[in-house]
Amino acid sequence: MSLSPDELRELAKYVLLTRPDEIGCDDWLGYAPSYAELIATSQPVPEPLQKAAGHLDLCPECAEEFRALMEALKEGGGV
Amino acid sequence: MTERSNEDWLQLLGGTDEMAVAELREFLRRGLRRGLAGWAAADDGFIEDMAQEGTLKVLSGLTTFRGDSRFTTWAVTVAVRVAFTELRRARWKDVSLDRLVEDAPSQQPAAAPAVEPSADSKAAILAEMHRVIATGLTERQRQALVAEFKGMPQAEIAARMGLTRNALYKLTHDARQSLKRGLEAAGIDGDGVREAFDL
Repeated sequence: MSLSPDELRELAKYVLLTRPDEIGCDDWLGYAPSYAELIATSQPVPEPLQKAAGHLDLCPECAEEFRALMEALKEGGGV
Repeated sequence: MTERSNEDWLQLLGGTDEMAVAELREFLRRGLRRGLAGWAAADDGFIEDMAQEGTLKVLSGLTTFRGDSRFTTWAVTVAVRVAFTELRRARWKDVSLDRLVEDAPSQQPAAAPAVEPSADSKAAILAEMHRVIATGLTERQRQALVAEFKGMPQAEIAARMGLTRNALYKLTHDARQSLKRGLEAAGIDGDGVREAFDL
């Protein structure tokens, strides 16, 4: 078996989170700037954007990039 | 940095105004330096290179800017992705996708793994997951899913399979949906999975 029990456990976690209407990583990139600005300025996030941000729960790489983006925006008055 | 409206940025960069391009590159360099702090591989040279690459990516993608954020926020978003893609590529460049998934389940009997008798429900779930991965997924779904959960970055898997990241995401999303349906068809619901795996 090419996935170990630990890897299958991780996969099971993501299977539970799977929704029919997920967006992909490239699509998320289109939403990320406005979502980041709202989070950075503690403004309410509209429902469609909240839904798009659900991608971060399912994609560790986009989540990692988003954390770096939030840090980057602290530099130079980005927001 | 000069304070500019989104429209001003687009106009100046669209005309490749040298000063605006230099300011953008410097803005990205400072943002990346902060955003990638703590990454050993992200030294000054790497940050400089990624600021340059990010600037080029932004300039070539000006028409894709939606205008629903500050232009600079969008630009640094693009640069962060460029930088992470490169960081991950460097870490995985010597790993073969075929080697990573060569022990694919399709090449093995879909037998239940050996587990302790006390873990019956977990064994049933693992067996069903094995079964679906082995017989319920396409070869490409299986390849992408296994590579992903072996830790290979999305951009690397996508590049090696000749896909965009969106197309790869769709492929693995479909695979996860098949797994979900397979578990449900076997009478295994979400609560059962959470309990078995202590999720």
